[in-house]
Amino acid sequence: MPLTRWWGKAQKLPGAPRTRGLGVTAEEWSRCAGDVAASGGRLLAMWASACLDRDDDATLEIEDIYAGPPGREPARDGSSWATELYAAFVIDAGVLILELSVRLDAGSPADRADYPGIEALFPCASRMQRALADMSGIRASDSDRRPWLRHPPGGYEMVRVAGEGVHEIAVGPVHAGIIEPGHFRFSVVGEKVLRLEERLGYTHKGIERRFKELPLLEGHRLAARIAGDCAVAHSWAYCQALEGMADCVIPPRAAALRGLFLELERIANHLGDVGALANDAGFAFGLSQFSRLKEQLLRAVSQAFGQRYLLDAVVPGGVRMDISAESSKSLAARIAAIRDEAAELRAIYDDHAGMRDRFSDAGILTAELALRLGVLGLVGRASGQALDARVDFPCAPYDAFPPTRVVRQEGDVAARVAVRFGELAESCRLAANLLASLPQGAHLTSIKPPPDRAFATGLIEGWRGPVFVALEAGPAGGIRRCHPHDPSWQNWPALEHAILGNIVADFPLINKSFNLAYSGVDL
Amino acid sequence: MLKTLHKICELGVLSEPAPQADELLRLRAALDERIRAVLGRALCIRHVDAGSCNGCELEIQALNNPYYNLEGLGIRFVASPRHADLLLVTGPVAANMEAALRRVHQATPDPKLVIALGDCGCTGGIFGKRGASRGQVSNVIPVDVAVPGCPPTPVRIMQAILTAISHGAPQRR
Repeated sequence: MPLTRWWGKAQKLPGAPRTRGLGVTAEEWSRCAGDVAASGGRLLAMWASACLDRDDDATLEIEDIYAGPPGREPARDGSSWATELYAAFVIDAGVLILELSVRLDAGSPADRADYPGIEALFPCASRMQRALADMSGIRASDSDRRPWLRHPPGGYEMVRVAGEGVHEIAVGPVHAGIIEPGHFRFSVVGEKVLRLEERLGYTHKGIERRFKELPLLEGHRLAARIAGDCAVAHSWAYCQALEGMADCVIPPRAAALRGLFLELERIANHLGDVGALANDAGFAFGLSQFSRLKEQLLRAVSQAFGQRYLLDAVVPGGVRMDISAESSKSLAARIAAIRDEAAELRAIYDDHAGMRDRFSDAGILTAELALRLGVLGLVGRASGQALDARVDFPCAPYDAFPPTRVVRQEGDVAARVAVRFGELAESCRLAANLLASLPQGAHLTSIKPPPDRAFATGLIEGWRGPVFVALEAGPAGGIRRCHPHDPSWQNWPALEHAILGNIVADFPLINKSFNLAYSGVDL
Repeated sequence: MLKTLHKICELGVLSEPAPQADELLRLRAALDERIRAVLGRALCIRHVDAGSCNGCELEIQALNNPYYNLEGLGIRFVASPRHADLLLVTGPVAANMEAALRRVHQATPDPKLVIALGDCGCTGGIFGKRGASRGQVSNVIPVDVAVPGCPPTPVRIMQAILTAISHGAPQRR
């Protein structure tokens, strides 16, 4: 069945533009996923609603499964309960969300399959399905059933590479630098990497469960702390979903300021990354220059908005703080200076033989592989995948201020550096334009909590890539379910491929060129 | 190369004077004169993310930019807890990181200092203590100084580090 038929049958959903939902049977679930894969669509997110039979008992859930002995089934004696399973796909027409009802019976065997897995169609589904099993107890039919977010005592079985001269290098969870925790297992011959296996989940702190305890109107604060370097994108995606289900249209000034915040976040992170990448290539000059520019930007942001990072800046109904005409001028001047200096420094990077040597052909992720793995965001754009939610799913202010996509085909570290430089310049242009034409009026409007069981989604292009949020309202202004999805879910497995055949010593550089979130996917 | 050198010369020195220690941040007097006599060299810090959102890490990284220039104060970040005098711990302690945090603490030679960084490190923050989150750092390992903030500014972090060692500068031998 052509995809347009599935799309035609689906119902429009509030929140993110061009998003529809469709209830399916298990057979249709597999068939539709196959049609999406065949037409070059990609998997955006997978999640399940709460695992208990509706609202009667909120206490036996994720955390109890978590705290319980490994292998314990989350069902009670004599009970059987249903959960909704969701998969969101990006197709040409928009975002298509499938909903499948899954029934669980108490005492069913641990090796059962509750729904048809889609790992063969979308390799990135594997870890999402494993996380789903950890968090809601429902299991896919696919073969990899190792826990992902749950770390049971007694270890974890890594795939072993055997052969003469092959040895393993284990790194983490505590790394040598100032970065997040995760475990990497390299199988190497001499210096050459034969295989990398990642094991994440170390920073899992029960975020999805925590959402259920917060009022809808305060969930944005938790959303901002899913991945602190991507706070604006996550909190905006949350607010977009909330405002969508509450029929709240934010004032034009609020939309413009949100766009400004998002671009400032992108500029700050790209400045940090291009500096750190130079440092990893042995060019300390780049780090000191770009960390200087980043600090100057943070200070300008702090002067304009009273905080260096824009956590809690995006709130339901608009933005928390406005900008004065005077601050607006000095921020614009700072952005212009950063744009010029970054261009000047880029020329120095390009001239530097040592950097060219380290960046070119390191950690190649080909366009074919990027498509097959469903890679998203800036890593995807460096491997020929043009998707940019600001262009493809534009909400205000991006409908009036369309960004130019920055896409490269090479897929190596050099391409990921080039995409960052390109987006840095583009974000400076956008931020300057947004500042120059800020609409007058309020920066915040009132919002009423939507009714129980209202459902909506948010989709915002953060600096790493598209951040997706699925939100379902609970009774009395509460949250029934919130699933935040960072693009790092899709991109972590791609890093395992990009490192193949490279030397161990290049891993820090290649890893930095991806710069993926740990907390953002550990939840 | 000329462009690089020109850029370096053109900018000059940006490093600002170091902030003063803030005694208000002290939670527990942990070091005595004898321990300080042992140091007599750069203070070595091992950062441990025990479940942070990565917000605090941004500000810790900022400490090494030319404005705060932490290394210029004789304080540096080291790659192993076995080389560290001080652990800088961020985040609510995720249950999956509890064992790793305990082992890092054990691997750090005595005498050692621990700073819990950020609202989450101080109180568990918005994540609290439940199920997958063990809450504040002091629920898992002893903490000497706790610095609130979401995230705390680089100046605040420097004040915390100076507070932790401010029974007097380590004696040089």
